[in-house]
Amino acid sequence: MSYIIIFIAAVFVNNIVLSQFLGICPFLGVSKKINTALGMSGAVAFVMTISTIITYLLQKYVLEQFDILFLQTIVFILIISALVQLVEIILKKVSPPLYQALGVFLPLITTNCTILGVAIMTIQKDYTLLEGVVFAISTALGFGLALVIFAGIREQLVFAKIPKAMQGAPIALLVAGLLAMAFMGFTGIV
Amino acid sequence: MNAIKIVLNGILKENPVFVLLLGMCPTLGTTSSAINGLGMGIATMFVLIGSNTVISLIKNVIPDKIRIPAFVVVIAAFVSIIQMLMEAYLPELYASLGLFIPLIVVNCIVLGRAEAFAAKNGVFHSALDGLGMGLGFSLALTLLGSTRELLGTGKIFNMFIYPEHYGMLIFVLAPGAFIVLGFLIVFVTKLQTSK
Repeated sequence: MSYIIIFIAAVFVNNIVLSQFLGICPFLGVSKKINTALGMSGAVAFVMTISTIITYLLQKYVLEQFDILFLQTIVFILIISALVQLVEIILKKVSPPLYQALGVFLPLITTNCTILGVAIMTIQKDYTLLEGVVFAISTALGFGLALVIFAGIREQLVFAKIPKAMQGAPIALLVAGLLAMAFMGFTGIV
Repeated sequence: MNAIKIVLNGILKENPVFVLLLGMCPTLGTTSSAINGLGMGIATMFVLIGSNTVISLIKNVIPDKIRIPAFVVVIAAFVSIIQMLMEAYLPELYASLGLFIPLIVVNCIVLGRAEAFAAKNGVFHSALDGLGMGLGFSLALTLLGSTRELLGTGKIFNMFIYPEHYGMLIFVLAPGAFIVLGFLIVFVTKLQTSK
């Protein structure tokens, strides 16, 4: 039961982009076409799940064992950036089609705050490893959902007549604001 | 390039939030009130000045291929310092900023300035660039935070401007962040193009 609650909370109620404000850069940056949005979400889901497992084990068996919690930020960010490189190299060898689909987005992920954010949140919320994995996957799904909806709207926006000063970032932010308002409707479900 | 010009560059011409559109996550996430915005801005400024200074000092020692991980470690060290300082001396602010303090590490402005400015310029100028960018960031966050707090609760820095029940709560919540930032960017671009 608690897994379902974690899932619904992470996808809809506390959507990572629209109510937690993490991952805004890719949200605004790669959301001009639905295809790129899907690719980016796939890459995020992949890396987020692996990095959550690894940072969790590291936290429990290294940082807490040796009482060096103050190193958390440094260790996590190093692990994540090394991991992204590793995933890129392995994917290139093992599965070229998957690499073709996700490859361009992988380097961008190191500076994507959702990955580090989810790793830290899993620790802060005191999840077990399995709960952490469910949390990571559902957060990535929520990210993908917001990104794809937003990309769909922006594809239509091309045909709209927008005042000159509003073009680009401002109109995208306003659309995101309306979308966030829609997601506020989920408040209170869990 | 003189000193004043570098500092002003970060505040006006290349304002990280309004012009470069970098560091959007803390900009939107921490500005539910003016004081939170200011706190986040100052924390980021500290990291920017520190990392810019250190990186420009050690730029000749780092091999070119591994410069990004090296920069990230320097930045993460300064973030840990500010994290511990805030936890000790400003526990309330630390609690309300929460996750966004460790996330300064992945703030694109910090790494962006390290790569674009500190890796090419001298120590003094790099520190000034950090100061300018940090001031610009703090200014933008405080402006955004004040606007949201004023529209949402009728207060600025906890001082009442008009009665609270006229406030529109939506501006303090998530959607308000996007909408207010959108309009602020419109105003700033309008001001800059009309000059």
